[in-house]
Order: sequence, then C-alpha cells, then structure tokens
Amino acid sequence: MISEFEKFKRFKAKNLPRKEMLAPGHRACQGCGEVLALRMAMKALGENVIVCMATGCMEIITTPYPQTAWKVPWIHIAFENPASVASGIESALKVLRRKGKVSKKHIDVLAIGGDGSTSDIGIGWISGAFERGHDFTYICLDNEAYMNTGVQRSSCTPYGAMTTTSPPGEKSFGQVTWKKNVPGIAVAHNIPYVATASPAYFLDLMNKVKKAALVKGPAYVHIYSPCPTGWGSAPERSIEFAKLVVETRIFPLYEVIEGRYIMSRKITKPKPVEEYLKGQRRFRHLDKEHIDHIQQRVNADYEKLIRLSEMT
Amino acid sequence: MAKRIGIEVSIALAEAVKLANVDVIAAYPITPQTHIVEHLSEVVADGEVDAEFVPVESEHGAMSCCCGSSAAGARTFTSTSSQGLLLMSEILFIPGPMRLPIVMAVVDRALSAPISIWNDHQDIMSQRDVGWIQTFAENGQEAFDLTLHAFRVAEDRRVSLPMMVNIDGFTLSHVVEAVELLSQEDVDQYLPPFKPRYRLDPRKPITMGPVGIPEVYSEAKVAHNEALKASKKVILQGWKEFADLFGRQYNPVETYRSEDAEVLLVTMGSISETAMTAVDTMREKGQKAGLVRIRLWRPFPGPEFRKAAGKAKVLAVVDRCLPPGATCGPVGAELRSLFYKVPGSPKIFNFIAGLGGRDVTVEWFEEMVEKATAFAKKRPKELYEVIGVREK
Amino acid sequence: MANTDAIVGWKTITFGCHVMEPGSSAKFRTGDWRSQRPVIDNEKCIKCGMCWIYCPDMAIIQAEDGFFDVDLEYCKGCGICAHECPKDAITIIPEEG
Repeated sequence: MISEFEKFKRFKAKNLPRKEMLAPGHRACQGCGEVLALRMAMKALGENVIVCMATGCMEIITTPYPQTAWKVPWIHIAFENPASVASGIESALKVLRRKGKVSKKHIDVLAIGGDGSTSDIGIGWISGAFERGHDFTYICLDNEAYMNTGVQRSSCTPYGAMTTTSPPGEKSFGQVTWKKNVPGIAVAHNIPYVATASPAYFLDLMNKVKKAALVKGPAYVHIYSPCPTGWGSAPERSIEFAKLVVETRIFPLYEVIEGRYIMSRKITKPKPVEEYLKGQRRFRHLDKEHIDHIQQRVNADYEKLIRLSEMT
Repeated sequence: MAKRIGIEVSIALAEAVKLANVDVIAAYPITPQTHIVEHLSEVVADGEVDAEFVPVESEHGAMSCCCGSSAAGARTFTSTSSQGLLLMSEILFIPGPMRLPIVMAVVDRALSAPISIWNDHQDIMSQRDVGWIQTFAENGQEAFDLTLHAFRVAEDRRVSLPMMVNIDGFTLSHVVEAVELLSQEDVDQYLPPFKPRYRLDPRKPITMGPVGIPEVYSEAKVAHNEALKASKKVILQGWKEFADLFGRQYNPVETYRSEDAEVLLVTMGSISETAMTAVDTMREKGQKAGLVRIRLWRPFPGPEFRKAAGKAKVLAVVDRCLPPGATCGPVGAELRSLFYKVPGSPKIFNFIAGLGGRDVTVEWFEEMVEKATAFAKKRPKELYEVIGVREK
Repeated sequence: MANTDAIVGWKTITFGCHVMEPGSSAKFRTGDWRSQRPVIDNEKCIKCGMCWIYCPDMAIIQAEDGFFDVDLEYCKGCGICAHECPKDAITIIPEEG
C-alpha cells in the first residue's frame, strides 16, 4: 500500500495540464511517437523536475546547440548512464537539503533512456541505481531499436523485426531473439513501482508517470514509442499502432505495485497480431510460420501476466 | 589545532576530504585505492562528516554519478586506480568542457595486461588528455595538502574544472608517514563553501550537455582548453594562500640542488624522494647532478619548468610509463616539445623505469645520469631507454 | 539543424556550452518541413482535444472558444491529428509550392 497514492488525484480528460514542458521546434521526425510520449510524460510532471537523459533520439532532437526544447533543468552526460547521473543528483539534493544549502522543496529526479540505453548498454547502471534505492524515476522510451544511429537492433527489438543489424536474408529471418523483459528486471529489484504505458492511452500514461514520480524510491515506466522512420510505417498511424500493440496483447499495459501485478487493461477479445504486424515494413518479410510463432508466444506471455496478476 | 601524527597516507588523504566537508562521495573499490574509500565510508557512517556515500556499481557509474552530483551543486569526490580509471575514461572527458569541478584522487597503478596491482604511471598517463587539472604528490603531507588545494582550485568560480591528485599506489598510499593534519578551523579558513556558477535548478532551468554541432564544437573545445590554461593563475594563488596560512609553499615545479647542476633528473611522484637521495650520493662523489620534480602536470607549467631547468645542459627525464610504439615516454615527449628549437635548451634524454611496482633505486638513478652524460657527447641510437629490465 | 545563432566565438560561447534559454527551440520553424497540412472543420469538431494531445509537435493550439487551430510555424504535416480525429473533422491537404 503506497501512501503517496492515497492523495493522488488522477488525470482526467477534463483536468489535463495545458502547460507544455517541451517547446516546439524540436527536430523529431514527422509522426514521432517517442517525442509524443515524452511530451505527455513531462506534462504529467510539470516544472518541478530535473531530467537526466541518455544519448539518443530525444537527446539529439531536443538540444541542438544553441537551442533547447527543454523548459525544465536537463543534463546529458553519456549513453549508458542517466540512472547514475540521476543517482548523483538525488544524492546531492539529499545532502544539500540536510546541510541547509538548498530549499527543502522536493524535486522529482528523472532518468530517461531509449531501449538501447536501457536494456543493453545501460542495464548495469540502472540495476545499481535501483538496488541503492534512490528516489528517482526511470523512463524507458522504447522505439524498439537503436534508432538514432540508423535502426540497429537492440534487445528490445521484437522477434522477427528487420533492422540494419538483424536484416532478413537467406540465412536469417530478422531479429532471432524475443524482446527482453525489462519491466521484469525492474520488478526483480523489488522497487516499489513498475509500469508499462503507450501514448495511445495518454491518461493511463500520464497517471503512471505521475505515480512513478510520487513514489518514494526507485520507479520504472516502460513506454512503447512508435517510430515511423525506423519501422517503415506511415507517420499518421503512430497512435494507431500504439493502440494496436495493446489490443493485440503484444505490449500489455500493467503496473507492478510493491510486487503486485495489476493489469491496467484486460484484453479479453484480442485482435490478431497480424493486424499489428502488417503496415510496418520491418515485419513485411515474415511468413505465416513466424507470425504464428509470434501469436503463440504473445498469447503465452499474456497468460503468464494474467496469472501473475491473480497470484500476487 | 594542527597535529602531526603517524598515519597511513590513504587515510590522511581521506581525512582531507572529510575536513573539506565533502557533500557526495561516489566510489567503487579497487586496489590500491580501497583504504581511501573505506575510511570515507567510516567517517560518513560515524557522522564525522555529513555526506552521501554512494556505493556505485562500477567506476564508470562513479564518475557518472559525480557528474550529476557536481551539476546539482554538491562538493563531489571520488577515487580510483588503473583499470577503474580506464573504465571511467569515457566519462572523464566530459566534466572538463562541462565545467563540473569534481575532485578525484588517483592512486597510480600499472595497467593490464598482465594484471598488476603495483605502482607506475601508466594509468594516469593514459588519461593525460582528459582536460582535468592534474597534480602529483610526493609524500603523505602532500597527499593531504594537495587534496585540500584541489577543492580550493577546482571549485573556484574562475576555474570550475575537475581536478585529479595523484599518489603512487602502495609506495605512497599504503605507507605510514608523519603528516600534520590540519584542524577543521584551519581548513574552514582556507576552503570556502562551494558556490557553483550554474546548477540544475527548476527555478532557473538550463540545458547541460547539448549537441555540439560543427558550427560551435571547435569554439567549445578551445574555450575549455583556454580555461584549463588560465587555471594556473588560481592554482598558484591556491598554493600561496595555503603557504600564508600553514607555512608550506608548493610550486608547479620544484628543484633540488639544481642551481649549478649539469645534469638534471626529472621525476614525478614518490620516486622523487629516492631521486633526491641519489642526487646527494652523486654530489658526494663530485658529480654535478640535480633534480627537477614536476608537481603540476596539467596544465603543463612551461615557463616554470624552463626556469627550473636553468642553465643545465642535460635532462635525464624519468618516465614511469612505456607507451608502446611511441617515440618516447609521455614526460619525455612533453619536455622535448617544450624545448623544441628554443635556443640554449638542454639536451633531453628519456628513461623508462619503475613499471609495475619495480623499485627505482639510487643506483639506477646514478646509471641514468651516467648514461645521460655519455649521450650528451654521443647521441644514442634510440630516443629512450628502458632501465632495469632484464633481457635474459 | 544548422542555424546562424550558433556563430559564437570561444570567448563568447556559453559557460560549459550550456544552453541558458529554456525552450529556445521555438526559434526554429519546423513548419518549413511539411509537404501537407491539416485543415480543421469546426462544423464537425466536438472539441474532444484528441488532435491537441496527440500532436508530437505541440502544433495544435486550443483557442479561447474551445476550437483548435493549427500552428503552421511548427506543424510538420505528419497527419496524426487527422487520423485520430473521431469525427473526421480534419482533412490533410497538400502544401502549396
């Protein structure tokens, strides 16, 4: 039972914050689902935050010197370490408050990284920050590949997807491994709050990000972020895919609060995965055998999640 | 009231960090740095200093954490050696241009492979281009004093650059020496509280670490380099203030019996003390040998070194690092560059000694001076010579 | 991404290469990127705000009367607003010239 959630007033369509914490003029591609997810997350948190960001699409498109899209304090050090930078900021604020050198007002410390930063190069750094229990929120903006460097595969690239380092060919069918369960890794660290979100469900996303920030201790939010450029999908369909990925059970929405799995949305009549896969050039090469495999695995993972929500 | 006690040098250094009222320590253990961070953990746990000790998951994490901490306005410290220094190397290049005044004690140790826990300067020399101010301590008193000096200089608003203090692993870090520990009142007189020029603050939101597009990257790098060069003024001022308060004067370059020397040994770090003994021995034998010790390595104190070299005809430069495939060792290269085509310059010969914990003895210093004297008459074939390494 | 604001010297460049002015990206008109743009039909619009919340570029602005305008300075013409509008109140037309 997280006491901070008791007083939490949920965002509703009527009381959505109007203030933008990101300025327009950022250099994101047309239809970028990731910057949209970021916009929503920052809207939920307001101006009382400090953001540490990893190298990646969002960092590049929001901070071309001498301009910045950021209206809140923001720091970028390197690719794998926003969690460590956030640990340093959180520790600094803690001791500076104790010593009376800064105001006692709480500031949300945020670490943001893409899927490459989070699940590959930065996984150790995040593990350390979670284990040490810093009061911060880690947001993974998952566009399912190393997009900024030209669409190379990450361990969050979905099974079968074409990327420049998992291209389908005579000897291979694309990404051969299943998407790494990063929320599961976060849960294994016994942090108080873990959640998944999709920008198509903006209220759900904003509420989860806000709850993550409210919680004392580490929190993790994994946000699915459509990338028309990298996926070969139509820019106007980014939100449509962000909905389909949930409706097909491929990316279930849930929270794990103090180890208890809670489904945000039970998909009782799932759409077939094929509906999601078609329309994205990165899956165009997949044959029926692979699509069936994906469908089976998606079903199995979803069932496992339902069982976890019933058990915990 | 300052007290002079016998204390392990690592502990003395850690005591300096404590007396500096550090805010955040983010460190990962590695031999032979461990005693520094262990002692800091103890003093934090006992409440002797109000600080956050962050037990990070790697040295890279340590330096990343330090960047965040410094950017948030906290007095920040870490320490490492060897492989740890290399692991954080990606991040070491970053706080300089971003003007984050982190202080780090590097306990110098050899690099793998083969793995060695013993002392030489390979680790620190591999990081000479990271854009930090770098000083070298020769003994326990210096380890203590230079650490306080580092906070004073790094955080000065005219500098705002990260700074490293080097102590030799085991040969200095683990020995017990007589060190005068300053009192808290003393240190508070010398070291003002940290007031950063800029910090991460929602009331004044700024963006730190943007993309340095080609239109601006060169200017950003030159600005950093100029700031590093300009920091020398504050480094000297910091030493003068220290001397005025506590009576110990430090200089970028120190000399020993160099005024009428014909051959000058050039050393850095704790072997300087052995070199002084060697100079005494050679002088007794009638040889006009002297010593120049470099205390400030970056920004390199060119004018001070030229002055210290005086009228000496020969420099026997001792490097404790063997860069494979290079024309010579790093200190040798730095000095050859400094004196290149300067009229009246000494002849410079480079010796590599003391790798991986091998003691540099008085005899070997004598050998180096002898060889340098001979080289001055007949140019050697090689640009450097490795001393004290068996062939068979 | 090139822009003439970045012509600074090493003596005048910001401390630490920090960007001191928050939200200064607003000086960059990404509207120049588009080849098509949305047109909102207020007759059909029910003021649900989907276009506003789903715009990655904050280029849909709510007016005082509650209807929405397209900020042509920044609109990149991605078409999400038209695609998501529940009342098909937004059409995408090609950009002239």
